[in-house]
Amino acid sequence: MTQQGVRWTADQVLALAPDAASRKAGSKLGAAGPWSEAGCSDEGRVWGLCKGSGSKPYQTVVDLADAAGPAYKCTCPSRKFPCKHALGLLLLWAADDTAVPPGQAPEWAGEWITGRRGRTAAKEAGERSGATSGSADPEAARRRAERRAERVTAGAVELEQRLADLLRGGLATAEQSGYGLWEETAARMVDAQAQGLAGRVRELGAIPSTGPGWPVRLLEECALLHLLGQGWLRRERLPDGLAATVHSRMGLPASADGPPLRDRWLVLAQYDTTDPRLTTRRIWLHGTDSQRTVLLLSYGAAGRAPELALPVGLALDAEVCAYPGAGQARVSLGEQFAPPAPAQIRPPGMTTSRAAARYGDALRDDPWLESVPVTLDRVVPVPDGDSWQLADADEDTALPLSPGARSRPGLWRLVALSGGAPVRVFGECGHQGFTPLTAWPEGPGDAVALC
Amino acid sequence: MTRTSTPVDAPGADAWEGLVTTALLGTARRTPPGAAPGPGAPAALLDAAAVETVRRRAGLRPARAAERPQPAPQDTRPPLPSAAARRLAMLLADRPGPSGGGRRGTAPDLTELLPQWLAAANARGFAPPPHLLPALLDVARGRTDLRPAALEFAGPPALWLARLNPDWRFALRATPGGSAALPQPEDDDRVQRLWQEGLFAERVALLSALRSREPAAARDLLATTWSTERAEDRLMFLDSLRAGLGPDDEPFLEQALADRSRNVRATAAELLSALPGSALAARMAARAAACVAIDHLRTARPRRPGTGDEVLGETAGTTSATEATAAMETTAAEAKGSTGATGATENTGAPTTVGATAAGKATPTIAVEAPHECDPGMERDGVVAKAPAGRGERSWWLGQLVEAAPLGTWSRRLGGRTPQEIVALPVADDWQGELHAAWCRAAVRQRDAEWSRALLGDPSAPEAGGPGAVSLAERAKLLGTLGTAERAEWVAGFIGTHGLSEAFQLLGVCAVPWAGPLGRAVVDALNIARDAGSYPWSFSGVMGLAERCLDPSEASRLDALLAVPDEPENASPGAGGYWAEAFQRLVTTLRLRAAMAEELGAV
Repeated sequence: MTQQGVRWTADQVLALAPDAASRKAGSKLGAAGPWSEAGCSDEGRVWGLCKGSGSKPYQTVVDLADAAGPAYKCTCPSRKFPCKHALGLLLLWAADDTAVPPGQAPEWAGEWITGRRGRTAAKEAGERSGATSGSADPEAARRRAERRAERVTAGAVELEQRLADLLRGGLATAEQSGYGLWEETAARMVDAQAQGLAGRVRELGAIPSTGPGWPVRLLEECALLHLLGQGWLRRERLPDGLAATVHSRMGLPASADGPPLRDRWLVLAQYDTTDPRLTTRRIWLHGTDSQRTVLLLSYGAAGRAPELALPVGLALDAEVCAYPGAGQARVSLGEQFAPPAPAQIRPPGMTTSRAAARYGDALRDDPWLESVPVTLDRVVPVPDGDSWQLADADEDTALPLSPGARSRPGLWRLVALSGGAPVRVFGECGHQGFTPLTAWPEGPGDAVALC
Repeated sequence: MTRTSTPVDAPGADAWEGLVTTALLGTARRTPPGAAPGPGAPAALLDAAAVETVRRRAGLRPARAAERPQPAPQDTRPPLPSAAARRLAMLLADRPGPSGGGRRGTAPDLTELLPQWLAAANARGFAPPPHLLPALLDVARGRTDLRPAALEFAGPPALWLARLNPDWRFALRATPGGSAALPQPEDDDRVQRLWQEGLFAERVALLSALRSREPAAARDLLATTWSTERAEDRLMFLDSLRAGLGPDDEPFLEQALADRSRNVRATAAELLSALPGSALAARMAARAAACVAIDHLRTARPRRPGTGDEVLGETAGTTSATEATAAMETTAAEAKGSTGATGATENTGAPTTVGATAAGKATPTIAVEAPHECDPGMERDGVVAKAPAGRGERSWWLGQLVEAAPLGTWSRRLGGRTPQEIVALPVADDWQGELHAAWCRAAVRQRDAEWSRALLGDPSAPEAGGPGAVSLAERAKLLGTLGTAERAEWVAGFIGTHGLSEAFQLLGVCAVPWAGPLGRAVVDALNIARDAGSYPWSFSGVMGLAERCLDPSEASRLDALLAVPDEPENASPGAGGYWAEAFQRLVTTLRLRAAMAEELGAV
């Protein structure tokens, strides 16, 4: 299974950085100069003393084997996690076997590690007992859920009414009314605790300014919003899986109560999307035995990086639990059995035709799905007018890149990696096109992150 | 996909178009197909649209593949070792920090290390990992100083890539042979066509490329269109002849001396004067020799301040007063005759004490007689007649004549003396500065190491540090003509005597990494500066150079400097801490450079 003691690459370490400034500061500390008494253990702990501007060096410890992603401890006053010292230490560990040799943790590092393990165990025990105490009053919980459902229902009815008004007057008026109308409607949906509806409504406001063809896109989104509202209002009559999908699309809380699935999960991609309120991190994992591709979501408050970070190219031996709903890829990360370690495995790929068909199939379970995760094998990035497409090397078909992917720097890394030759590309395939996230050269070589 | 795919079936597409039209107009104006008018119409429209939307999405098919680009050329160089590849990624990811801050902390400045990383990688002939090519091209785009090295390292695949992205077009222009349009020299037709029809940048690239391989062919190509080129273009084209300049170029350059543009004439004259065997060099030698001679009877003595004209008057007066014209190795009259200032010989008034000089105490002295006019012949040979504001025009002309005369002239002219002996000779009447500065320019232009050595003098001489006859900038240029070891030795000697405050320019011309004695001299001088109690940012220029240029193996010798020292009484407050920080950064950078070199296998 997971090789013990395999060191990460510098890219993988840098992917942990909460922001660009930390990445830069950390890279500068990734040289032997300021470090002393550094070492690491096979269980995925790394420690070292970093000479700062003060007289006393900072004590830095990292535990890579923690179930909730790497954990950090540093005596520096920085409030960033990980701080630049932790990043620098990991970079040094990644780059230099001699500077960070395997060994026994010194006292100051050992204390924190054992203390942390103790706390984690206590927390898990507490959660288990908390879970039982939480369900002590199932009646009250049920009443709370019912009240919320009523408010969501009221919101859905109101939204249906507003959509009907819009369609009665015509979409052409939406271009004039602009953002304000939609912002107000979205605020009403937030009041109704229907976050899923609010998010979709907010996006509607932006469509009239997206250029030619906007009426088509606006009608599509209005129709899907209507479909969601209708799905909610008739959820009692839907099959269980679809009802759960509607539930989750409406933004109602659910817990990952699927059966745990243990596998060797390869990290395919990690990327963040930010809006003014929230940073959302998506991490795609591929199970080497189950051949399932699943999604981990993690959130950070505005401007802060989400805590969970799993760099591309690592594999982790862990359990995941699925969230409810048909056609939903989201899981939660359960117990990890070994620290994440670099792996040379790649997901199997398919042709562009199969990828398009897979998206079509997935819509059967979840008609609101924007895209599905797929790996394309033997595709060539090809310029196509102003845009690009990924063309099958052996067939005459191609998937266009999604509008967002055309302007990202990752596109040029992909083109450079390919050099006109076939590559393997993992990404999201949907009605907007294909968004490449990670690529592998045809010959031997590490995964290249494109996002 | 939506936009480019064919719909599943045409009737579906029609139905969808109908729905979109109805939605745009509103159900109040138009009843959706297949629905009853009334309050239920919008819902019916949305129902139908939802079905169509999901149906359209589910039925998406891949588009037809566009025409595939030519595959990139293979890079046949060995791939970069993985540790070096990671290092490169890190160097490329680093953006220069806010340079406004004076304090730089203890961390190395990674962007400053990129040039030497590229040089080392190029020397070892590695190929970059393909996915780093975009970052390399971006760096080369932003920093023109890095362009040649970055593009050489990036190799042919980067040019393939640059053709696909307009942001990187510069790479096609910057690399000789990089543009698809740049033909081989053998391909005469294409060379001619590009030369006749190409853009200016392409033509310059073509000419430079051709010049580097077949100098004569490039010159002949230029000659074909020379008379029809614009003046600015002529200047640029002429400048590209600087590479591979040889005696064969003389006829062409002679002809360019008659050019309409003054800048073109000046450049042609400069190029000709760099050819010691040229007719122009010989003409300049004759003119310059007429102005400079040995006077055996003079004693050099401090002179009261005076203008060039007074100098002339007195020189002439002295000559006639002592009636020692014959003792001079040149006849001043000859010089004066040529400049038409014969009236000066009549100036016998005010005999000075010179006449009383005892012949036994006389030392040979260089006498200077600056030209009295700038005749058309001189102007044609590139002498600029109009002096800049604040300079006497006669000294201005003299400087240009001496600068353009082959240095070999002087040994013959001045009694077979060696350059050392000539430079050591006293110069009469305040002409030393002017004369030595002109010799410096000549030594640099003609790349004459022996003269440079003579003009540089002894690095530990007291006048070497002060504002002597030869300025620091000129010294730096003179050093450039010496071998690397000699250069480093001279600068080390200079720093040992004069410290660092004047050394920055001189260090800039030394070969990297610095030779042992030079590195030790710099470190010792930094140590002395710290003990003197000044702040390290007074030496930030030298510090920055040391980080980039000191031999990494010196790092261990610096360990003693890392501690924060006790503050001496007269020190600037807190300086000790800042010095420790600066030395830490120096050591860290040196270690990093050692690691870089090791990763590239360049140790």
